Parts: sequence; C-alpha cells; structure tokens
Amino acid sequence: MKPAPFQYFAPVTVDDALALLAEHGYDAKLLAGGQSLVPTMNFRLSQPGVLVDLNKIADLAYIRADSDGTLRIGAMTRQSTVERDPLTARHAPLLAEAMPHIAHRQIRNRGTIGGSLAHADPAAELPAIMVTLNARFVIQGAGRRREVAARDFFQALFMTDLAPDEILTEIIIPPMPPGSGWAMDEIARRHGDYALVGAAALVTMPEGDLCADATLTFLSVGETPVVATLACAYLCGARIDDACIAEAARMAGQEDMDPPGDIHASVAYRRKLAQVLARRVLTRAFQRAKDGVV
Amino acid sequence: MSQRYTIRLTVNGEKIERDVEPRLLLSDFLRHELRLTGTHVGCEHGSCGACTILLDGQAVRSCIMFAVQADGHALTTIEGVAPDWTASSGPEAMHPVQIAFWEKHGLQCGYCTPGFIMTLIPFLEENPHPSDEEIIQAISGNICRCTGYQNIVAAVRRAAELMG
Ligand SMILES: Cc1cc2nc3c(=O)[nH]c(=O)nc-3n(C[C@H](O)[C@H](O)[C@H](O)COP(=O)(O)OP(=O)(O)OC[C@H]3O[C@@H](n4cnc5c(N)ncnc54)[C@H](O)[C@@H]3O)c2cc1C
Ligand code: FES
Ligand code: FES
Repeated sequence: MKPAPFQYFAPVTVDDALALLAEHGYDAKLLAGGQSLVPTMNFRLSQPGVLVDLNKIADLAYIRADSDGTLRIGAMTRQSTVERDPLTARHAPLLAEAMPHIAHRQIRNRGTIGGSLAHADPAAELPAIMVTLNARFVIQGAGRRREVAARDFFQALFMTDLAPDEILTEIIIPPMPPGSGWAMDEIARRHGDYALVGAAALVTMPEGDLCADATLTFLSVGETPVVATLACAYLCGARIDDACIAEAARMAGQEDMDPPGDIHASVAYRRKLAQVLARRVLTRAFQRAKDGVV
Repeated sequence: MSQRYTIRLTVNGEKIERDVEPRLLLSDFLRHELRLTGTHVGCEHGSCGACTILLDGQAVRSCIMFAVQADGHALTTIEGVAPDWTASSGPEAMHPVQIAFWEKHGLQCGYCTPGFIMTLIPFLEENPHPSDEEIIQAISGNICRCTGYQNIVAAVRRAAELMG
C-alpha cells in the first residue's frame, strides 16, 4: 500500500523544526529514520498531514564523551553508527552489546537512536538499555529545554513524556562506577526479530564478592521497560554466588513482572524465559565486575 | 496534493534530476520513474529485504524511505553492480556476488535475489572472510521463499572466495 499525501518539510536546524511543530500542531509528525513510522504510513495506520524530516539537521548526529566519561549521543545518530563507534564500546559497553540485537543491519543503517526511544516499543532494546544505564534525555521545545530520566520517560505502550511540540535531541549516559559489570541478552525466534523477552543488567561489585548496586531490566514483558525491583533489592549488599543469582532470577521472573501472553509466548513461558535470561545476564555481569574490566 | 520537490541525486553513477511528490516511496521512484525494475518490492513494510539498495554505500530498505529524502545522495541498485552491465557475457557482465549465486544455485525464482545481493556487497567488503554464523546473521533481514537458505549461504562463501 501507499502513504496518504502529506506536506513535507526538511528543516536544517532544531529551531526551525520546533517552529514547524508549533505551527502545525497535532497534524505534524517528526520523521527520523522512518523505520517504524514509514511502515505504518504505508499501511495508512498513520496519516500525518505534515512530515517534519529531521535528517538534514547535522547538529543532531554525533557521539561525544565528556572528560568524566559521560557519553552524549545526538538523537539522529544512526543505530549502526552507535553500534560501531569506539566511544560506545569504551563508555557504554552495555549499549554496544545490545545494538546488534536491534533488527537487521539494513534497518540500523537508517534507524536512529532517538527514533527508537521516542517510538517506545515495549519490545525494543534501547528503552530497556537506557533505563538500566540510568540515562537522561534532553528534550527541546520552542524556547525551552528540559532533561528527563529514562525511568520517567517511558509511560505506557508507545507513550512517552514527549509533548507533540517537543523534540528529543540528546541522550546522556553517565559513566559506570568503578567495579561495574554489565550484560544484555534476549531470546527471539530469528536473529533480528523483536525479542520474546530480553534482559539487561548493570552491577557494581567494587571489592570481593559483595554487590554494592544492581539494576536488572526487562523488555517485552510489559508496556514499558520493567525494572526487577525486588530482585535488585535482594542483590544489593548480598554476597554473590550461583545460589544468590538463581534466587534473584527467580524473583525477577516470578514476582517482579506481570508479563502479557500472546500468540508468540504464554505468560508462563515469558516468566520462564525471563528467569533464564536473568540468570545469564547476572552471571556474566558479576563475572565482568569481578574481572575488573571497568 | 500538488506540492512537488525537485530532487538531484546520483543513481548507478548517473546524475538525475526529477520532480517528485513527497509521498513517493524510493522503491516506487526507482521502479516506476527510473524504470529500474531490478529493485523488487515484497512487503512494503521493511520486513522482507527484497527492496534493499545502497544509499551512499550502505544497504537500506528503499520501501520505507521517501524519494524526496534521497536528494543529494548516491544510490546503487542491482542494475549498477556489474563492472559493465551493458556486456551480455564474460566476467565484466556480473558482479562476483552475482557470479557466486549463479554458480551455487543461490536462486530459484530470483525475486529475493537483488535484495540479497545488495545486502551482501557491503557486508563482504567489510567482512572479507565471514564465518557461517556471520553469514547467517548478515542475511537474516532478507527472506527467500523458494530456494532455501543452504544454497544462499554456499553462494556467500563462494562470493567471499571470488572477491578475496
Ligand atoms: C523489519 C524491522 C525490524 C525491526 N526490529 C527491531 C528490533 O528488533 N528491535 C528494535 O528495537 N527495533 C526494531 N525495529 C525498529 C527500528 O529500530 C526503528 O528504527 C526504530 O524503532 C525507530 O527509529 P527511527 O529512527 O526509524 O524512527 P521513525 O520511524 O522515523 O520514528 C518513530 C517515531 O518516533 C518519533 N520520533 C523520531 N525521532 C524523534 C525525536 N528525535 N524526537 C521526538 N520524536 C521522534 C516519530 O515522530 C515517530 O512517531 C525494526 C524495524 C523494522 C522495519
Ligand atoms: S519490500 Fe522493502 S523490505 Fe519488503
Ligand atoms: S529465489 Fe524465489 S524467493 Fe528467493
């Protein structure tokens, strides 16, 4: 099928894009990589009257690291660029590990980091990764700029904190504390498919086997990224061994989530997958912390 | 809606200027406006890979991009990959990846083949000696409904030899 007619604008600055959003209101939609938006337009599930294409705004595509290791990524940076930039591997190795799980190379060559976050698909990898990394998002509106924590950004199924006249411009990833370990894994029917369940872990274990901090987040088990709160609390301050990780994984799968059942996976199967994945990512993350990679 | 844009781009080395309606998909622009019908359309929502082309050397889906967005860019389609596509035979008539698909029976009906080849050319340039695992990942975004993937994987191995 073919998209319905629309007016097209390709501004070259963020200010011009914001002015267009202000002028056209709810009728306007931002176009980033188009990898989620254009399929819905082709099927006429979405029929925006005005498209504001962000692809000509060169100022929105960059990856930079501050001297303290904070990573700043412009919203229009292509997913394949984020995947391959050495700064990603150095400052946000969890993000680097997650990138190849997103779709296929042809999609990542076009899809952007900001587009995936703004789209807020519950099965997408990046929202869960950003929550795990405690990232903050810079959001600009006409004459205003605000920052929101990833945890507060994702509100419901495909719903975020973004107002229709705002643009997500930058993703800020804080440096990991010394003694950190990380891991991400997912189960999908075919490489590149949306995951049935995915899990990401970031842990801190500065000395010995005593866990100082742990964040464990899941994708595809709820409307937004799901943080396994009970499992994380159980791990904090605990001596880490296989039994402890197994118990945390059980809590995550059985107590921390209320996953949906659908034709792809039943509720019980999703819980089981979550438990298996939690064990895998926690084991790898604590091992990395112990090995002192960071 | 009558709003039209003038776009200037390079397609298979040739400079092109056309007026397009913003909603025209790049795949339809290539097929209907430029008559480059080697770029195939299977699903029109980014899933099958049949419409894969190169945008500034990178493989992308042409069915989920608008032609107006190609303004100022360089595209390569299947018609542009052979060293000399006007040649009807001989080594100049086909790209090594095309030769490998031919030798290894990497196609039956051929509907998916242009998409596979456009995906594989940048992949093999970046990874001249891929493992089977890497090959399988590289083609995971392309669907073939009749050949079966064994011969396609064999063709990629052969293409790596020919290019290496
Ligand atoms: C076949 C296929 C498989 C896929 N598999 C996966 C997968 O496994 N995992 C995964 O995570 N994703 C997957 N995707 C989606 C892909 O990652 C998209 O690139 C991503 O979801 C959207 O990014 P985009 O840049 O293409 O945004 P677009 O499609 O251009 O935009 C998406 C939405 O976000 C809004 N938006 C975009 N940028 C901004 C901004 N800066 N500020 C405010 N709003 C903005 C747009 O208005 C639109 O509503 C897949 C896509 C396809 C076609
Ligand atoms: S036609 Fe473009 S991916 Fe199927
Ligand atoms: S050769 Fe027929 S679909 Fe692949």
